[in-house]
Amino acid sequence: MNQKIIIEPVTRVEGHGKVTIHLDEEGNVARTRLHIVEFRGFERFVQGRPYWEMPVLVQRLCGICPVSHHLAAAKALDVIVGAGTGDGLTPTGEKMRRLMHYGQIFQSHTLHFFHLASPDLLFGIDADPAIRNIIGVALKHKDLAVQGVMMRKFGQEIIKATAGKKIHGTGAIPGGINKHLSPEERDMFLHGPDPLNIDKMIEWSVAAVDFFKSYHKKNKDLIDNFSVFPSNHLSLVRKDGALDLYHGVLRAVDANGKKILNDVDYQDYLKYIDEEVRSWSYMKFPYLKHLGKENGWYTVGPLARLNTCDFIPTPLAQKEFEEFKAYTNGKPNNMSMHMHWARLIEVLHAAEMMKELLNDPDLLEGELVVKGKKQYEGIGLIEAPRGTLFHHYRINENDQVVMANLIVSTTNNNQPMNNAVNVVAKKMMTGKKEITEGMKNAVEVAIRAYDPCLSCATHALGKMPLALYLYDKDENLIDEFISQ
Amino acid sequence: MAKIVNFTIDGKDCIAEEGLYLVQAAKNNGVYIPTLCNYEGIKPKGSCRICTVRINGRLMTSCTTPISDGMKIESNTEEINDLRKAIIELLFVEGNHFCPACEKSGNCELQALAYRFKIMVPRYPYTFPQRRVDASNPKIIKEQNRCIMCKRCIRAIKDEQGRSLFAYKKRGHKSEVVLDPVLGLQMSDELARKAMAVCPVGSILVREQGFIQPIGTRKFDKKPIGSEIEMSQPTK
Ligand code: FES
Repeated sequence: MNQKIIIEPVTRVEGHGKVTIHLDEEGNVARTRLHIVEFRGFERFVQGRPYWEMPVLVQRLCGICPVSHHLAAAKALDVIVGAGTGDGLTPTGEKMRRLMHYGQIFQSHTLHFFHLASPDLLFGIDADPAIRNIIGVALKHKDLAVQGVMMRKFGQEIIKATAGKKIHGTGAIPGGINKHLSPEERDMFLHGPDPLNIDKMIEWSVAAVDFFKSYHKKNKDLIDNFSVFPSNHLSLVRKDGALDLYHGVLRAVDANGKKILNDVDYQDYLKYIDEEVRSWSYMKFPYLKHLGKENGWYTVGPLARLNTCDFIPTPLAQKEFEEFKAYTNGKPNNMSMHMHWARLIEVLHAAEMMKELLNDPDLLEGELVVKGKKQYEGIGLIEAPRGTLFHHYRINENDQVVMANLIVSTTNNNQPMNNAVNVVAKKMMTGKKEITEGMKNAVEVAIRAYDPCLSCATHALGKMPLALYLYDKDENLIDEFISQ
Repeated sequence: MAKIVNFTIDGKDCIAEEGLYLVQAAKNNGVYIPTLCNYEGIKPKGSCRICTVRINGRLMTSCTTPISDGMKIESNTEEINDLRKAIIELLFVEGNHFCPACEKSGNCELQALAYRFKIMVPRYPYTFPQRRVDASNPKIIKEQNRCIMCKRCIRAIKDEQGRSLFAYKKRGHKSEVVLDPVLGLQMSDELARKAMAVCPVGSILVREQGFIQPIGTRKFDKKPIGSEIEMSQPTK
């Protein structure tokens, strides 16, 4: 008899997912799937709303990285209000948004590393779930837990100062931003009492990268071999090839580093990217059109970004980047667990960027908004913590949204996450009669490396075929329902 | 000079010029009586009933009742506050009020009253009515999902000949406040801004002006509605 193993829900990822592993008669893994069974519907219910509500409305998709949605929507609307396709904002408008974004990257990455991922690393993936969690970390590694909390707090305070609120603010508006930073706020971030100042944040970010590197040295097998498979990588990069999380051109490289998307303008993304719907998941599968569904899938996120960019434009992160690149002899890094390394290098980069921006007088004064000739369609991309995020809107002559298309980071990572599950399942489950906690968690760890936000990724409604299958105990299909 | 009269609100001795509407008389004595359909400077209508008080034992609306000598007024009592709360809850459930993405959030009187009365969840079921967004006027958007039919716009927004730009349409539970399609076309920018300010909720929105006022600087961001009256020194 075939055996079906269900791990549900995957814990310590944002949102909900379900993994099924089908074993054949010999106990080998026949098939694995990461099912996304949450159902949202944002693309549909924003239709008819005034366009300027989008940055405030669509961010409600997510409580973890709302700033990314807020900014991606605002960038799409910059196009609509005639403020250009990314380079047209006033210095204040652009820099305030960047500060907000780096605050967001900083807090989200720290949340992921310290709260969600560190329990696996500190206690091992076989450890009892009762201690393998953030409370366990707090009890055994107090300093680390405190650092995680304070770093996250710093990032959130930056968001509050730029967006008005820590979660779901209103700072970015079409064509710019609605406020300046006050000198008091700036001084607090630059010179506030320890640990809540930017120099401490940079120091702790360096320490976090070091923590990972020494962990890596001791656990080479896990980090290097846990889940490895060739993948394409996609992200925005600055026009000169630098890592840029706020704006740039689209670049993709294959597993060997060959450019397969050569710094194209993202306003044309539909020329290059398509999405496939599969009946068993609410999450779509994006791919590069010219490579086809089979070969065109790609990874986004910290690892992909460090694989696509040529350098990091801040000194400390650049130093780490060089070491990171040297580890794979300059080739793209396809080891899923190295995502954590890349993420921490980005934490450091975000901290350095925040310091640079905080010292910039443009934040304190200057024009906030620009507008030009009205357009009826706009596309905004941003590198969210979890990877490239696409927002695309069309409006009518009454300023109402008539079409919205969102491709969120986790959706971009759909295929890689499925592959990671497959690789790990084959390695851990094959030939085993019993499922241990460690095995189940290994699958989760593989998914968690992508820091997936499954609630964001299931925002679509109306296009998705909904399929319900009813099985009896021997897995015979007895009823089915499929809507188109 | 108008005659000065004595009255009490919840036992507090007050004085005011005879004939002032009770809401105003209370305000001059540093007492806040919640209002919603009332708007200073325009004729009161008494339609929302939030300002209900008990005067000498009878329930009456204080925005339409002139003060007179010897009135004994009960306002801040458990019974009356619960009546007010019920009205606010009814307004929430019979429209589609989603504060998170509403431009008026922080400046909205309905939201502010809900906060003041600590409404967590309405006691009535949501009705989720099907309402439309009228985006056809070049200056404003009329968001019917949020309209509470207070008629403030009908009473306050008029053209030079005194004609109302807004009017009632349809009947019963289908009634809506609409912008006159012809008069609406002549609306000036200034009048559009005034209409948005007069609207206690987010039902009248000036085009392309969303979220320009940052969080933290909005009317009720820091202090609850009515607190400016309660903190003020009584004036005669
Ligand atoms: S304020 Fe008196 S009835 Fe509305």
